[in-house]
Amino acid sequence: MPSSISPVCIYVPSDTGARSLGADAVAAALAALVGRLGIDGEIRRNGTRGLYWLEPLVEIGTGSARVAYGPVTPKDVAGLLNPDGSANRKHPRCLGNVDDLEALRLQNRLTFERLGVTRPGSLSDYRAHGGYVGLQNALALSPQDIVEAVTQSGLRGRGGAAFPTGVKWRTVLEAQGRQKYVVCNADEGDSGTFADRLVMECDPFALLEGMTIAGIATGATKGFVYIRAEYPQSIANVAEAIDTATDAGLLGDDILGSAHSFRVEVREGAGAYICGEETSLLESLEGKRGTVRFRPPLPAVKGLFGQPTVVNNVISLATVPIVLREGAEHYRDCGVGRSRGTLTIQLGGNVARGGLYEMDFGISLREVLYDLGGGTASGRPIRAVQAGGPLGALIPPKHFDTPLDYEAMQAIGGMVGHGGLVVFDDTVDLGALARFSLEFCAIESCGKCTPCRIGAVRGTEVIDRIRAGVDPDANRALLNDLCDTMIEGSLCGLGGMAPLPVKSVLTHFPEEL
Amino acid sequence: MTREATIRELANGLADWDGPLLPILHAVQQEFGFLPPETTATVADVLNLSLADVHGVITFYDYFRTKPPGRQQIRVCRSEACQALGSERLAEHIQARLNIGFHQTTPDGRFSLEPVYCLGNCACSPAIMIDSDVHGRMTPERFDALVD
Repeated sequence: MPSSISPVCIYVPSDTGARSLGADAVAAALAALVGRLGIDGEIRRNGTRGLYWLEPLVEIGTGSARVAYGPVTPKDVAGLLNPDGSANRKHPRCLGNVDDLEALRLQNRLTFERLGVTRPGSLSDYRAHGGYVGLQNALALSPQDIVEAVTQSGLRGRGGAAFPTGVKWRTVLEAQGRQKYVVCNADEGDSGTFADRLVMECDPFALLEGMTIAGIATGATKGFVYIRAEYPQSIANVAEAIDTATDAGLLGDDILGSAHSFRVEVREGAGAYICGEETSLLESLEGKRGTVRFRPPLPAVKGLFGQPTVVNNVISLATVPIVLREGAEHYRDCGVGRSRGTLTIQLGGNVARGGLYEMDFGISLREVLYDLGGGTASGRPIRAVQAGGPLGALIPPKHFDTPLDYEAMQAIGGMVGHGGLVVFDDTVDLGALARFSLEFCAIESCGKCTPCRIGAVRGTEVIDRIRAGVDPDANRALLNDLCDTMIEGSLCGLGGMAPLPVKSVLTHFPEEL
Repeated sequence: MTREATIRELANGLADWDGPLLPILHAVQQEFGFLPPETTATVADVLNLSLADVHGVITFYDYFRTKPPGRQQIRVCRSEACQALGSERLAEHIQARLNIGFHQTTPDGRFSLEPVYCLGNCACSPAIMIDSDVHGRMTPERFDALVD
């Protein structure tokens, strides 16, 4: 327990989301209050807990507990502290102890075990909460055994493709090359997703630890984190964490006294959605236009600069440390079927309680949307939910009992993707959304393959004709054909999946298009 | 120092990086706020690339600008999560308020307006970004207060 000379610790989240709701002004008001009361108090900028309907969420540390208040405005601040500096539990914004919040108790935070608990830039916070134990354990294993542990955990690519992470690592381990690479795909461009941002802004050492383990497992000594330009705070926090980890001997040569070397650099994207596709990302890292590559060869065999390369999403890599720390079974024993572990659900759009929910795979859409999310923010009925980003199907309420697992979602024509769920109420124009999906594809297409480059443009035109009432039946048939051509003929997931929202509207909401 | 000399110096400083072209273009844009016309030839010369290679990269990526932007850059998210909470209506208001369309700059050079497809603030929609600051749960009234 802290001694009596410990200062009062007041936590105010520092991530982009909390700051977008005024957390900086709240922190400034709290600092002024601490000065006015003349108490020994410290404002700590932690990460967000991910409960965005409560942000800015202030926590006041009292002994081992942290008392939560939210949402807090600068006007509320004066009443949060008693004159002696203790937490005022009678304040109307008081939510009780943060660990008792139902929205947190219902979750199984593994990847996000430190979310909101620690300060993103603090290596000592990270190590005090389980950080770098996984790397320590990995250093005692052979590369083959590390790969085996990741394989046994059942971890699949959380960027959306759901490819088994251990299988990918084994391919790189067994491949020959003069310089292998670990590339972290942090080009989180899908609408409705923000889990990567939360890792980078709130717990960046978890990503670096995961990348380091990936490097040791596969023989790669160099890593890149490719972060989209729209995430300046992620870029800053990851870059700072790299410097801190390097100074502490956790990156560089002789990591933790071992013979292993691993270095990481941040690379900034430049506003191209397609660079979230792994081969485009590699082109971009090489300094080229972000056009898609033909596969094979797979990046694991011939990736960055033609060398064997692990390309993993942020969440996949940030999950590796806990797998190595707690053991593969600990992770694998959560979840259902072939979807093992936890899904980091990002609930957004028109929803009452939006935010980050890390849940075991298998929870139903209905439970997420209503029990966790509390229905729509507008109070109107939910009309549809888009799962898995802008290329995911619009799912009607009749499918809301579907469990969130990769195979079950695929069976209803949807996808889990990166775990983003965007909620729409009954005022939504689904025909317009279907059109938007193709318009977005036309804007973001890299232009390499014809079905995507031309199909997306023609598709918006056909939808315009249908919506204008021009020969609707013939144009619907044409649209269906065009969608199939894009799905079957496109080189990558952009052209191959942008028609999915369209087809889902044609199937489930025929009156809308 | 001339602009060309500054660009050359920036490019030389990063030329030995792995895949240096994007980092160099970011550095030049950071320096000038946009990529001046001298950029293509100078960077191509330093990296021993063709003009087409450099021009192709500059024009591929939305974040690289070849004209000076307004003093404040406003980006409005037009993705699905923000659409679910009225971002299109907000976008119309912002265009009317600034009296410009997307991809344009106000005649007084104060603001430029760009669409953006997701700021990763999808639980706090609708979201906009002014320079590097994201603002969530944006309304027309709050927007007016921010730019007044």
